[in-house]
Amino acid sequence: MLAASRIVISLPERRRESLEQAYRSAAAAKRRRTLLIGAGLVVGIVASGYAGEVNIERFVTGLPRFTSYISDIIPILRWPTLGADLSEWFWGWRKWLGLLLDTLLIAYLGTLFGALGAFALSFLASANLVRSRWLRISVRRYLELCRTVPEIVYALIFVFAFGLGPLPGVIAIAIHTMGALGKLFAEVVENIDMKPVEGATACGASWLEAVRYAVLPQVLPGFASYALLRFEINVRGASVLGFVGAGGIGKELMASIRQFYYGDVSAILLIVIATVIVIDMLTETLRHRLIGSMEKP
Amino acid sequence: MTSAIRNAALSRRAEIEARYPRMIRPSPRRHMLGAGLVLLMAGVAIFGLDRVGFSFAKLLDGLDRLGLVIGLMIPPSPGPMLMTYLGGLAETIAIAFLGTLIAAVLGFPISLLAAKNVIANRIVHFLARRSLDTLRGVETLIWALIFINVVGLGPFAGILAIALSDTGSFGKLFSEAIEASDRRPVEGVRSAGGSALHSIWFGILPQVFPVLASQVLYYFESNTRSATIIGIVGAGGIGLYLANEIQQAEWPRVAFLILMILVTVAAIDFISSKLRFAIIGKSRLAR
Repeated sequence: MLAASRIVISLPERRRESLEQAYRSAAAAKRRRTLLIGAGLVVGIVASGYAGEVNIERFVTGLPRFTSYISDIIPILRWPTLGADLSEWFWGWRKWLGLLLDTLLIAYLGTLFGALGAFALSFLASANLVRSRWLRISVRRYLELCRTVPEIVYALIFVFAFGLGPLPGVIAIAIHTMGALGKLFAEVVENIDMKPVEGATACGASWLEAVRYAVLPQVLPGFASYALLRFEINVRGASVLGFVGAGGIGKELMASIRQFYYGDVSAILLIVIATVIVIDMLTETLRHRLIGSMEKP
Repeated sequence: MTSAIRNAALSRRAEIEARYPRMIRPSPRRHMLGAGLVLLMAGVAIFGLDRVGFSFAKLLDGLDRLGLVIGLMIPPSPGPMLMTYLGGLAETIAIAFLGTLIAAVLGFPISLLAAKNVIANRIVHFLARRSLDTLRGVETLIWALIFINVVGLGPFAGILAIALSDTGSFGKLFSEAIEASDRRPVEGVRSAGGSALHSIWFGILPQVFPVLASQVLYYFESNTRSATIIGIVGAGGIGLYLANEIQQAEWPRVAFLILMILVTVAAIDFISSKLRFAIIGKSRLAR
């Protein structure tokens, strides 16, 4: 350390100057870049603030309303009358649990049918199984279209076509899920070991037989794990589909928020959050088991 | 050739069967388990279809109307509303941009509290994690509805909704990145006499900044999608027009709006993936 610093000090003047020059210009370039990014951010913030009608005054006057809103939706629970208070808070639990079941079923059916569609299409979208570029690319584009449009937009259109109720919600989630899972499934299929496929083909298996006996056993755990993850996402998605009239608990939640039924807002939110957490935990355990079984041959 | 291999394999069938009994004849228990699972899933599906009021007549009827709607969507055209829609699109991008930025600014300090290697206190850690989970557990659209009650209809409610729900996501992601960071720079700063703040600023931040920046960009991308639909409940952006035109059955305009959204999302995806690649690539080179 000491020796090194002596070397630095004893550098010839010209050499030291050129080094310092290089250091200064590097530091200046970095500062310029930081300034540029900072300026870009400021311009973006100002432009977005203008387009987004940001109003600090409205926010400041609104902020106490937000905190009072939060304290308003928390019900008053007193220890001596806890039972009565709780039953008053969750007065509609029968109806809400029914709607929650609807929400879960919408998510389940949407995931199931979406996964079945993705299952069928993913093999056609995989470069290692399908030679025809044309077929593969058209399937990929189709899946892309399915997943880029948000499911709630599909739900809006389907509510128009199929009428109010959970059915359009199921179809909307199924289509979106098909797009999202189709891409992931195809990636799983493209990462398989091709030797079993070659073996099956060499024994005279047709394309379908090769997929059934050589590809499927390799990809099934991965498919199941992704489908479970998607189910988790779809439960969240299905909980708000009711906002546009596509069934489930969302409709009740929106009505209670819009009409300022404070107790109901917190009760329904609590039910939804608890459900989401339970589903998260369940699917996580299942997925860990699946991944474990995948690693053990 | 093929049949020769096949015959060779088949002639040794008895031997192969003896060697891999589980491959040729899986145990009946496994069979039953698989069949039971399929039956259970099918049973729940049938129960569910019944409960959501599914019938083939209804499906065909709806598909019929859907075909009609799609026919009416062609050709997509904005009518006289093009400028309004472009304004809505600008609003959408503004909502996503400001929402993501505010979320990142709010999420960072909370993520420090939620990171085990910064705050060793288990209670603080637990509280920070659970409050982040709650923020994340409520859907953005629900936050939007609540903020409409607080600041009124309009894009500002959308910005706040995205900011709050993503504060939860960022807090979690950032804290994971911080926990995965190298401890040695922090120890170096502390042993040279730096305060706790110095150790965060000089020890942790330079390590995690590229990861954080790339996560923020990724969320900006996905928030552009969320911001397109947030207008459906009245929180600003292009979703408001989309919902209105669908309700009034102006199908060419609906198709035009959907195309606008798709193009914008694709453009933002492209830009942000380029930027992300630039940031991550640079950090890899630096190491």
